[in-house]
Amino acid sequence: MENTLQAVPQNWYLVLSTLLFCIGIMGVLFRRNAIIILMCIELMLNSVNLLLVSFSAYSGNSDGQVFVFFIMVVAAAEVAVGLALMMSIYRNAASTDINVLNKLKW
Amino acid sequence: MSLYLFLTLAILTIISALAVVFSKNPMYSVLWLIVCFFTIAGHYVLLNAQFLAIVHLIVYAGAIMVLFLFVVMLLNLNADTEPHKSNLSKIASAIAAGLFFVVLIASMRATELGEFNLPNKTNIGFVEEVGKKLFTDFLLPFEISSVLFLSAMIGSVLLAKKEKK
Repeated sequence: MENTLQAVPQNWYLVLSTLLFCIGIMGVLFRRNAIIILMCIELMLNSVNLLLVSFSAYSGNSDGQVFVFFIMVVAAAEVAVGLALMMSIYRNAASTDINVLNKLKW
Repeated sequence: MSLYLFLTLAILTIISALAVVFSKNPMYSVLWLIVCFFTIAGHYVLLNAQFLAIVHLIVYAGAIMVLFLFVVMLLNLNADTEPHKSNLSKIASAIAAGLFFVVLIASMRATELGEFNLPNKTNIGFVEEVGKKLFTDFLLPFEISSVLFLSAMIGSVLLAKKEKK
């Protein structure tokens, strides 16, 4: 697979990860279920990971891949805490609909 | 050859990401997200990041998505319990995301990307190279991330524990 870098222009990776990020944004705005919103945030984090890996590959420097590791660490921690929050919210409100969680709304 | 591979993977990624957003049933959303992560791992392999591809599969498809699946199953979420939203807000969110895409693409077109000399080194994604970087230049963040994990572990146990009456 050594010729991928020659065959595919880097702009295509930029467009692909931008598109993934925007799909994630659309999901966050569009869905009411808090678990799906967490999943869309994962999607956005992954689009950034893809961008970092593509820059790392096209510049021949593996620093970007180390950053991706740290993003994965943060994503894993975020998901663990977020899903624990979902569980306790569901226990109290019997729903994961974000319209129910409006106590802090002004 | 790798151009077609890239195009196939990219189309699969976009389709599965859209399916995550548009599935009525949360369970299908989780499964489509797993497909999306597999195609992203394919992109990593194409970009000479083999070790990262494996780690991505283990961490995301293996751990995070299993966590999501467990929670969706525990809460017994399905298409019937899925909250509905008005069509107006659906259209508004689609327009907002589309406009954001246009802005990002326009700013990307206006930016001068520095010309990279394509590297002839293809081993940057091997565990040896990444491990060397991780344990020399990035040693401090690596050790601090263990504290982050510990606090996340304690926090999620505390949050998910049943409250005493």
